[in-house]
Amino acid sequence: MFSLRDKTLADDIVSQIKKAEVHLKFMHVCGTHQDTLMKNGLDVLLQKSGVEIGQGPGCPVCVTTPKEIEEVLVLAKEGKTIASFGDMIRVPGATSSLQQLKTEGYDVRIVYSIEDAVMLAEKHKEKEIVFMAVGFETTAPTTASVLLRRPPSNFSVLCCHRLIPPALQAILDMGEIKIDGFIEPGHVSTIIGAKPYDFISRDYHIPQVIAGFEPIDLLMAAWMLVRQIQQGKAEVQNEYIRAVKSQGNKKAQQIMKQVFEPIDVKWRGFPMIPQSGLVLRNKYALYDARKKYEDELIKISEAEFTEPVGCLCGEVLRGLISSKECPLFGRGCTPDNPVGPCMVSSEGNCNIQYRYSKQ
Amino acid sequence: MCLAIPGKIVEIDKKQHTATVDYGSGTKRKANVSLVEVKIGDYVLVHAGFAIQVLDEKEAQETLALFREMLSLQEE
Repeated sequence: MFSLRDKTLADDIVSQIKKAEVHLKFMHVCGTHQDTLMKNGLDVLLQKSGVEIGQGPGCPVCVTTPKEIEEVLVLAKEGKTIASFGDMIRVPGATSSLQQLKTEGYDVRIVYSIEDAVMLAEKHKEKEIVFMAVGFETTAPTTASVLLRRPPSNFSVLCCHRLIPPALQAILDMGEIKIDGFIEPGHVSTIIGAKPYDFISRDYHIPQVIAGFEPIDLLMAAWMLVRQIQQGKAEVQNEYIRAVKSQGNKKAQQIMKQVFEPIDVKWRGFPMIPQSGLVLRNKYALYDARKKYEDELIKISEAEFTEPVGCLCGEVLRGLISSKECPLFGRGCTPDNPVGPCMVSSEGNCNIQYRYSKQ
Repeated sequence: MCLAIPGKIVEIDKKQHTATVDYGSGTKRKANVSLVEVKIGDYVLVHAGFAIQVLDEKEAQETLALFREMLSLQEE
């Protein structure tokens, strides 16, 4: 029922885009959108129709900074049990990776959900469990929901959650690339709704469409953006109406607000982006790994960690180059031997490009 | 990362804030439902073990028809 497959409709959409005779560049910020585009050959199809769609900083694992990775590595080496999602484990840091530490005997666990990490803490009271919490607004409420329930005191969170709208603004303010429209991430939007994107259309006159993840969803989103541009409009439209309500998920928003407050943070490839990260409120300081293990983390608190040598993940994340333009792509950097996070994560542009160009 | 899978709620444990979600083809898993208000029979999107939104069945059924209508209005 929730699968949209209709070849005739797809052909009609593409033919209407072609008829518009445009040369436009859109950006999306979601690895799942990129996967749908490439898996179905929509990127090429749309490019031939005058619409180029590229991925911006839409991969939570990829935008996690080298410093944050170093923090988790320090905690692992200090004997904490680290739990995180699979992709995060494999991202190389400046000195090692969680996967490497695991092979060296440190305690690193892959979990599917933050709840698995809490269960570990309940089961192993003798261990200190640190959950590396990455993810945008889709994932942040799951962390908040768990902390509201007051998990055991041997559980804590290294919070690396980030917010999408401030990153969109940062890209526009940096002015490095031309963006004619944004395709907004459907599942982030199930939580935040449409309103948080309003200022982008109002202040920057950029049309936006919230889109789902079926091929038809992305084709429709591209068509809706083209249509707005033809009509001289710049507004937030919702293509993913079966899942996204304009006000979002208010319960999830409320829970997030109770537990987190916004903070200025760096993103990989970006300078500090104001109010784009989340930090635990003081009430939950007991669960904040950065406060709880301040003494262990102090040794890297002032250190600067740079990108791996030759890695252009930053440029890929800002949409300046395609993965194939990176000299390391497919040569020094592959999914089996990744140099940067964009080749590690299944949401990363380089990983997706590599997977589908091999087929 | 932001991947979410649709499934149908077949059982709810209100005390534990969990529900059994049927993803079709015999795949059933427990999901946390503390972020949504659900009842048995609802379709939800599940992300990282949590239901993050209730899907609108009516909107889903009418989506393709709506898209066709939007395109035909453009052609007129």
